[in-house]
This record gives sequence, C-alpha cells and structure tokens, in this order.
Amino acid sequence: MSFDVRAIRADFPILASTVRGKPLVFLDSGASAQKPRQVIGAMTHCMESAYANVHRGAYYLSETATEAYEASRRAVQVFLNAARPEEIVFTANSTMAINLVAHCYGRGVLKPGQAVLATEMEHHANIVPWQMLRDATGIELRFVRVTDTGELDMEDLAAKLADGKVGLVAVTHMSNVLGTVTPAERIAQMAHAAGAKVLFDGSQAAVHRRVDVQALDADFYVFTGHKLYGPTGIGVLYAKHALLEAMPPFLGGGDMISGVSLAGSTWAPPPAKFEAGTPAIVEAIGLHAAIDYVTAIGMPAIEAHERALVEHAMRKLSEVEGLSLLGSAQDRGGVFSFSLDNAHAHDLSTLLDRAGIAVRAGRHCAEPLHQRFGLEGGTCRASFGLYTTPEEIDFLAAALVKAREFFA
Amino acid sequence: MFDDLRDLYQELILDHGRKPRNFRRLEDATNHARGDNPMCGDRMELQLKLSGDVVEDLGFQGRGCAISMASASLMTETVKGKTTAQAHALSDRFRALAMTGTCPECGADLADEMERLQPLAGVHEFPSRVKCATLAWHTLNAALEGGKEASSE
Repeated sequence: MSFDVRAIRADFPILASTVRGKPLVFLDSGASAQKPRQVIGAMTHCMESAYANVHRGAYYLSETATEAYEASRRAVQVFLNAARPEEIVFTANSTMAINLVAHCYGRGVLKPGQAVLATEMEHHANIVPWQMLRDATGIELRFVRVTDTGELDMEDLAAKLADGKVGLVAVTHMSNVLGTVTPAERIAQMAHAAGAKVLFDGSQAAVHRRVDVQALDADFYVFTGHKLYGPTGIGVLYAKHALLEAMPPFLGGGDMISGVSLAGSTWAPPPAKFEAGTPAIVEAIGLHAAIDYVTAIGMPAIEAHERALVEHAMRKLSEVEGLSLLGSAQDRGGVFSFSLDNAHAHDLSTLLDRAGIAVRAGRHCAEPLHQRFGLEGGTCRASFGLYTTPEEIDFLAAALVKAREFFA
Repeated sequence: MFDDLRDLYQELILDHGRKPRNFRRLEDATNHARGDNPMCGDRMELQLKLSGDVVEDLGFQGRGCAISMASASLMTETVKGKTTAQAHALSDRFRALAMTGTCPECGADLADEMERLQPLAGVHEFPSRVKCATLAWHTLNAALEGGKEASSE
C-alpha cells in the first residue's frame, strides 16, 4: 500500500475536530496516539456481538472471545517476530510490563550483589520500578550517562558492565524526550557478553519502526497499545520463553494457576502464569486491530513518512529564533522537546493550545533527564504520529514565532 | 493569533513575570516555606519576617511560568504590612478568585488589595493553569503556619 496521509487522516475521526474554533493540530502522539475507525470498530463489534469472558466457558460466545483474544496474542507475536505466542504476555501497559519484570525477574531471579543498569534518559516507568527493587532487595542500581547530544555514552555503558555484576540492562529503545533511537542490537551484544540480560522499553520505538526481537536478541521487550493507535489498558511484555518459565508468577488469582487447594497452588505455564484475573479482552482485540492497521500500511512506509517529517521539523524548528532543541542524535524519531528563550514551557503550551495545537509541557515523566540538561522547569514537546503532516509542523513553527513576539 | 490571550497575559502579569518584585532572600526571616507544583516543576521558597502579628516583609525565590512568578510577585506586594489574619483572608479570597473568576464573599475591607489581584482572575478559564496562580498563596499559608512545604496538588 502506498502511503497516503490524507487517506490515513480520514481514518481518525478526532482529527477532523476543532479546538477553540481552530482545526486540531495534534502533536502529542508520544503521550498517547489517536484511534482509527478500524480500532474503534473492532472493539465495538466485540462488545456488541462477540463478548464473553475468556478461557472459562464451554459455550459459543466464550469460545469466540477466547479465540479472538488468543488471535491478538499471535498478532503481537508476528508484529515483534517472537519465536512463539507463549512469549507474549498481556499487561495493562508498558509500566506494568516493566514492573512485572522488576518483580518476577528482579526479586525472583536476580540475587543481592548483582546490579541493574538503566540509563539517564529513561522514562520514570523504567527508573522507579528498579529503585523499588533496589530498596527492597539491596540489588544495586546503576545509570548509563547521556552525552550532550542526547545519546547514550557507550563507553560509560561498557565501563558499568565491566565488573560482571550487572544481571539486567534496562534501556529505552527510543527516548520519549530526545527522540534518540538507541543502538539496541549493540547494547544487547554488550549486555550478553557481560553475562547480563537486556530489557528494551519499546513504548516509543515500536510505534515508529519495525521491531524484531529475535534479530535484536532481546530478552525482554515491552510496549503499550495506546501509543500504537490502540486502546488504553493493554500492553505487552515479550520475554524469551526460558525466562518466563524461570520467573515466579506476578499477581495471584484465577487463570494463572494449574491447580488450587487450600494447602497450596501450582502455576499454569506461561503466558497464563502472568495473566491473573479477567484480562483486558476488548482492549486486546483493539490492539489486534491497531496492529493490523499499521501492518497494512507497512512499518517501513510509516518509518519513511516519519523520517521525512523529522527532517522537515529539524529544518523548520531550527529557523525559529530563540528556540533550542533538546538533543541532536543522528538516529532519531519524531519527538522534539524544545524551549523558547523568553517563554516558560507552560505559558508556551497555553498559547499553542489557543492556536489549536496540542503539545505536552513539563518534564514528560523524565525528570532525571531534564535535570541532566539543567532544564528542571521543563520543556515543550511535539511528537508525531503516522497522521502528522508537514503543514502541521509549518503551523507549529509559525505559532512559535508568534509566541515569541507575544512574550517579547 | 493569540489576541484573546491578552485577558490571561495582561501587561501587568507579563511585567511581574519578567521582573518579579521582592525576588530576594530575607536575611532576618522568621518564617519560611517551600512550595512545589510537582506536575510542572514550579518551585518557590518563600520567606516572611513577622513582627508580632504583622507581616513586615516577604521575599521569594524560585522558578516557574509567567503566571506563577507574577502571582508570587503580586502576593508579596499585597501582603506586605498586613496582619496575619488579613493575609489569611486575602489568601482565601484570592483562591476563590482564581478558581471562579469572582469573589462574592469579598467585602469592603481589603477591596483595594483584591482590585490589585484582579488581573489574575482570568486564570479561572484555564483549569490546568489555576495551580500556577495559587501556588504562592498555598506557600504563604504554609509559611504563616510555620510550616515547611506546600504543594499545589
């Protein structure tokens, strides 16, 4: 399918709406993306005519819903090129997926004396669970430094792996603030050579480029449905099967057991072992529709569209006087955090909102990274989706020029 | 493009945002408090010099958007020389003003002071920005009560 951004925009009902009388220019897809009719329709269809609980009833609707839920798991497997569907665990979001690993692998497999190695550019979701693990177990927590260009300091990464104590490297595949795409394959090789496993936070990356967990040799890979044009409430943990087998369960309850007596219980095999309770059935079906949607367009086509947008945005934003971009990585996706010399991020976002432009203001759940760059007061962030157009970026740039005049 | 925002960003607010008054450290402070808005990273350190029942002087330092800086600046100007009871009353009335745009409870007393704060009333139309305007007043309450930390959460 050729990439037709007009046709794509027509799939997203909300993009036709107006905000304060102005056409919506939605540049906050990095926080959560808008939803196409295909996702909305699949979820509505499920609730109207194919809904029941899964893995329980021996009746038509339950079997239909179970098949649809498991079909979503297989779709995720293909999307990530995982070796088997049992390696896909559904969670509520990326945050829960990382917490699951911190709990089950961190407490269940890692030992005191070992270390977890994260980085300064992580989202809070890939920092706080490891701090909680450290505080509860005495497992050490280290952070790889970020360079002035907003890239990982690979020498520092090597140095922090050198003593062989690191049991897990937890790193973003693409920064939600800098747009930096990290050298995931190389990080995995270095981690493995040092005897560590590696977890990638793919919340941003999985939306913007093809992810192949086998080619990356990822041990854990997480992403969330709502940034991939799917619903909220559904996320994914990919883990190598042997790791899932070795890990103790996360939450206890129904569906995750093989047998229960009052004396004790035995666990179901993965992935059920990690999916206690009634799962997000409708949301899983919505995620399947979202994966089908981006797959039909083609991840390479989406990547090419966004690459062109990134180049356009670099050019346009660098022409705005007084604007500083945070990060200048070679390999980057469509996320731009910036500050304007005479306007605070919150004042700026209030102004842009008046022009119909939705951007995020603040520290984007990455406070340590803002501290690293001396920007405790926060930045504004424009983030793109497959429906973003060059004209929207032009409009943002023009509004920024006007905003600077406003505060002059 | 932004003309209708002149109600929120009046010249007085932009001026106080750029050049906040009483933006300094008090050497002889008797009370102090820190104010934080964890959502946006605004932070201020407020110091008071109480003499008996009177707020003799105020100074603040910190960082924040134009609204929060201007609000803190105007707060220090308005509260200076008032009794603690008047300061509490102004705080209550200002918060009503910021949240609703009006202050039906505001009587004749302190009318001049409320008039001075009126330019910030426009913030009530921007729910995500109300806390920017009220942070300084939350911090004032904490300082008057001898407290340490205020949050606009």
